[in-house]
Amino acid sequence: MENKAAVSFRHITKAFGSKVVANKDVSMDIMRGEILALLGENGSGKTTLMNMLSGIYHQDSGQILVDGEEVHINSPKDAYALGIGMIHQHFKLVDVFTATENVALGMDKKQTGGAKEIAKAITEICDRYGFDVDPKKKVYNMTVSQKQTLEIVKALYRGANILILDEPTAVLTPQETDKLFAVLRNMKADGKSIIIITHKLNEVLAISDRVSILRKGEYIDTVKTAEATVQSLTDMMVGQKVELDIERPEIEDKQLRLSISHLTCLDKYGVTALDDVSFDAFGGEILGIAGISGSGQKQLLESIAGLQKAESGSSIEYIKPESGARDQLIGKSVSEIKKMGVALSFVPEDRLGMGLVGTMGMSDNMMLRSYEKGHGMFTDRKTPRNLAEKVKEELEVVTPGISTPVRKLSGGNVQKVLVGREIASNPTVLMAAYAVRGLDINTSYTIYHLLNEQKKKGVAVIYVGEDLDVLLALCDRIAVLCGGKLNGIVDGRTATKEEVGLLMTNLKEDGQEGQKNDND
Amino acid sequence: MIVSFIHRAVMQGIPLLFGATGEIITEKSGNLNLGIPGVMYVGGISGVIGAFMYENSLPDKSMANPFLAIMIPLLCCLLGSFLMGLIYSFLTTTLRANQNVTGLAITTFGVGLGNFFGGSLIKIVGADVPSITLSTTSKFFSATLPFAKDLGWFGEIFLNYGFLAYLAVIIAIVASIYLKRTRSGLNLRAVGENPATADAAGVNVSRYKYLSTCIGSMIAGLGGLYYVMDYVSGVWSNDGFGDRGWLAIALVIFTVWKPNFAIIGSILFGGLYIVHNYLNQFFPFIPVDMGTQELIKMAPYVVTVLVLIFNSMRNKRENQPPEALGLSYFREDR
Amino acid sequence: MTTTKDASSRGKLFHIVKRTDLPVWKSWLIRIAAIVFSLIVCAIIIVAVTGDNPIQVYATMVKGAVGSTRRFWVLLQEIAMLLCVSLAVTPAFKMRFWNIGAEGQVLIGGLGATAIMLKLGHTLPAPVVLILVIVTSILCGAIWGVIPAIFKAFWNTNETLFTLMMNYIAIQIVSYFTYIWSSNKGNNVINTINTDNHAGWFTLPQSVDKYGYLLNILLVAVLTVLLYFYLNRSKQGYEIAVVGESINTAKYAGINVKKVIIRTMLISGALCGVAGMLLVSGTDHTITPNTAGGRGFTAIMVSWLAKFNPLFMVLTSLLLVFMSRGAIEISTVFGLNTSFSDIITGIIIFFIIGSEFFINYSIKRTHAKEVEAK
Repeated sequence: MENKAAVSFRHITKAFGSKVVANKDVSMDIMRGEILALLGENGSGKTTLMNMLSGIYHQDSGQILVDGEEVHINSPKDAYALGIGMIHQHFKLVDVFTATENVALGMDKKQTGGAKEIAKAITEICDRYGFDVDPKKKVYNMTVSQKQTLEIVKALYRGANILILDEPTAVLTPQETDKLFAVLRNMKADGKSIIIITHKLNEVLAISDRVSILRKGEYIDTVKTAEATVQSLTDMMVGQKVELDIERPEIEDKQLRLSISHLTCLDKYGVTALDDVSFDAFGGEILGIAGISGSGQKQLLESIAGLQKAESGSSIEYIKPESGARDQLIGKSVSEIKKMGVALSFVPEDRLGMGLVGTMGMSDNMMLRSYEKGHGMFTDRKTPRNLAEKVKEELEVVTPGISTPVRKLSGGNVQKVLVGREIASNPTVLMAAYAVRGLDINTSYTIYHLLNEQKKKGVAVIYVGEDLDVLLALCDRIAVLCGGKLNGIVDGRTATKEEVGLLMTNLKEDGQEGQKNDND
Repeated sequence: MIVSFIHRAVMQGIPLLFGATGEIITEKSGNLNLGIPGVMYVGGISGVIGAFMYENSLPDKSMANPFLAIMIPLLCCLLGSFLMGLIYSFLTTTLRANQNVTGLAITTFGVGLGNFFGGSLIKIVGADVPSITLSTTSKFFSATLPFAKDLGWFGEIFLNYGFLAYLAVIIAIVASIYLKRTRSGLNLRAVGENPATADAAGVNVSRYKYLSTCIGSMIAGLGGLYYVMDYVSGVWSNDGFGDRGWLAIALVIFTVWKPNFAIIGSILFGGLYIVHNYLNQFFPFIPVDMGTQELIKMAPYVVTVLVLIFNSMRNKRENQPPEALGLSYFREDR
Repeated sequence: MTTTKDASSRGKLFHIVKRTDLPVWKSWLIRIAAIVFSLIVCAIIIVAVTGDNPIQVYATMVKGAVGSTRRFWVLLQEIAMLLCVSLAVTPAFKMRFWNIGAEGQVLIGGLGATAIMLKLGHTLPAPVVLILVIVTSILCGAIWGVIPAIFKAFWNTNETLFTLMMNYIAIQIVSYFTYIWSSNKGNNVINTINTDNHAGWFTLPQSVDKYGYLLNILLVAVLTVLLYFYLNRSKQGYEIAVVGESINTAKYAGINVKKVIIRTMLISGALCGVAGMLLVSGTDHTITPNTAGGRGFTAIMVSWLAKFNPLFMVLTSLLLVFMSRGAIEISTVFGLNTSFSDIITGIIIFFIIGSEFFINYSIKRTHAKEVEAK
């Protein structure tokens, strides 16, 4: 390994609008022939920093040096000219084009030759690294993993020496991840520099040579992976040694609230996203849902909420607290479920794209789920205004006023508005997806506290999370999804992180068996 | 008779073919230019202004130089429609204004400009003529091959047109090959489908949008020029061009954004536009009054709607409008 | 691959940043500045064409717009008609449904009114005819508007292109009926209908209302206020706003998106039908394929310039109608073509839509050091 900086960042600052500072005075180096992991929590500015290297954004101040010379990367084309290629989380592919056409896009024909030459080159790259891409296949017919492969091939074809991968494993199966890592090691051996943006520590330790850590937009440190431990990296990532001190009250009187059996759903591409999932959720407990992202969490919550169509044979029964009567939720729409008197609250993952209306103020957002209440054709404006004031005060929402559009608020405040509204409707079931993603520690604790309050009230809380420490500290039971199947349910008090991690990545042969014992 | 019908249908179709080819090129970049009707008016009137100035500068009409008589209106037309495309591109691409509103404003402006100069040109330049009649220059535009008339039906259907008609077909074929076969065409399609991807691949999105919109406008403008200089023999009448601009947009949908289909499509639409004049001759037993004519003129639009519905129901990816059609692109959007 | 650095050595002087924090008064200042600029440009063009001095030109325009009682009433009537169509398209736009088919919806609404007036004008009592006229034109407009909405809701058919095509189908249908019903066979003109008994006329007697525009203006004023409350205070208005903002959010909130799309286009089409009724039974008492007069397109710009707020639309339609009436006066005085007003309208709209950029984005200078460093 040469000890020469391929890329150097010097005092990079980038802000969005006047409030959000994504990167603040960041200086760091990437060497030739190394794999560097860029580690940080969600919202720490990793992707923004790399987007400046790939020409998507432009820094407000500071310099970028490539091979020791200052460069101005004003467009992705500039980045490619410098041998920098980035694989984005959302693939930059044209759906109606073939693999070959996507590779050819933006390239000079004199360099590439015609479609045949390109197809040949694609096959060569594939053979060298063990990829599998059909040059004639249209992108809209490809699986996610195939699309990612195509993206990497595209970058390699363009002669990328510096390859940036933004959370590449989030959409991959463990086998695919292993394959990817093998390829990355080959490329490193070729002298290429590889930057992996990630927040998964096990991957950092498995693949990288060095780790650079960002926290809240600021550069913290770079360490050799060999000298790092999970503990030391976590400390740097979160800032201080975090003893997760989340309360977990013990509730004696647990009542069956939701009974899910044989739930099977397809995603929007027609691929099975949830496969024969069965479990129960009880009032007075927090049930955690763990799994690598895209394991069916979204479909699980949305099918309970009435937003996702389920296949026949699926059953979601809601047990009424008053009468104990069982109501079937499958096949019901959101408004039908509401009309049945099922008090269901749902904090979705996409806060501004689904949970709230960004251009409306707090007050108007408060009535999103209850605007139909009351007689007559006009909306009741007083109740939501009062509720907005109450939420603002109790959850300490920082906003210029309750009619300021919520998209102008910071991420934490947006989440408080959303959670505040969902809790205010006195639910019997509360579902929260990635409720603390991108939030600071204080706000996160506020959210944990709110969830616990609900639990104490006898609400059945379903918490989908990505941070295992939080899941293990907060939840009474944790259901682990793996590739759309329920791979087991563990007790949050006794389970270890390794145990859950294993369930997330390795599908048991008899995944459905484990739950029976844990349920008791 | 059927020969003369096809001949007239082609002549009706040529302005539509220019308009549709121009709009396809424009829409492939993701710009839905609803200003095309205005652009075609401007193309026509710019040519008229050029020809008018040229004819008035001649002491004697017989002294007209064929080269100048063609080049002056042609260049004026290209310049006028280019400027319209430029206004649209500047507003939608650089200033990111809403495409529908900008397009409709261009149409209002362009049709107004055409009718205004059409109605006031003589007064403004203080010329001493009763009306705009450009028979001298128009003669050169509608000149056909001398032997076309002698070749019977073949000559009538294939050879008996002014040079702009052949230019329209050539441009449509070239545009089709450009979009399908060239790298630049691939880049252009990517800009219209997914500008962020094209941008990330190093395609200059703004440049493609500007170029395709301006070139598309110039092609469409030629449709206006063909109409005044050839089809109506150089006699401008206000609103004479009618709704052909919108018909060109309909043709774009009808041909599912394929310029080579537009060649046949334009003749079909042109035929539907005039078929009422021939129905009596084809089918003497069916009474065709003016009312029926109006209903028949509706046919291209009805057919287009049916094609639009059919394609959306079938939902085949290749037959959909460009995915980013109508949206402006901002790289730092998040 | 060789790493060429020349591609990246061009430092850009400026870059563009989206802004969210512009105070409201500043955004209005930008808009007013845009209007002032557009008026200056218009003045330059008018002076170039007419050779008159600019102040005189604007005096002529004002005279043309409000120079006499009659002109004043015509101005109000024109504003009311444009405003009515603008109101009609607004619910659809707020839902991000690009209804550019108002021209056709107005015409079909007007055609419904014409049919009742012609066919039943002398068989039923006048008040009954008027009621039938109103109901029919509303129904016709609504049906014409809802067709594209149904296809949008169920098959996601592109509504911009669909509604656009529906305009020309409507124009041809009206052309057909103007022939069928023409007063003298073959001249394609329907003479003023029911001049004897005024059956189906939505106008007050001439003794009360000299120009016959009062009812139209009053009705549109009422509609403006109603629509304002419908959009901003009603449950359905709330649903429209949510669907327009995000389909996902709407589904999450339990809103039936298909139903809202169809219902809103029924309302939008019905209001267009009202506009058609006002034009046919309230103003012209006959129909031509040109009855809508391009208002269906101008209305889109009016609504958009007013940020879909019915109250602001009064101002934007006033601006456009005033300028266009003034421009028509100028063309008459100087013997020019009246299409001059379209040019003026176009220029004003170019400036206002261009100014939105400066409200939504700010241009920042790239750090000076970087530029020098090249």
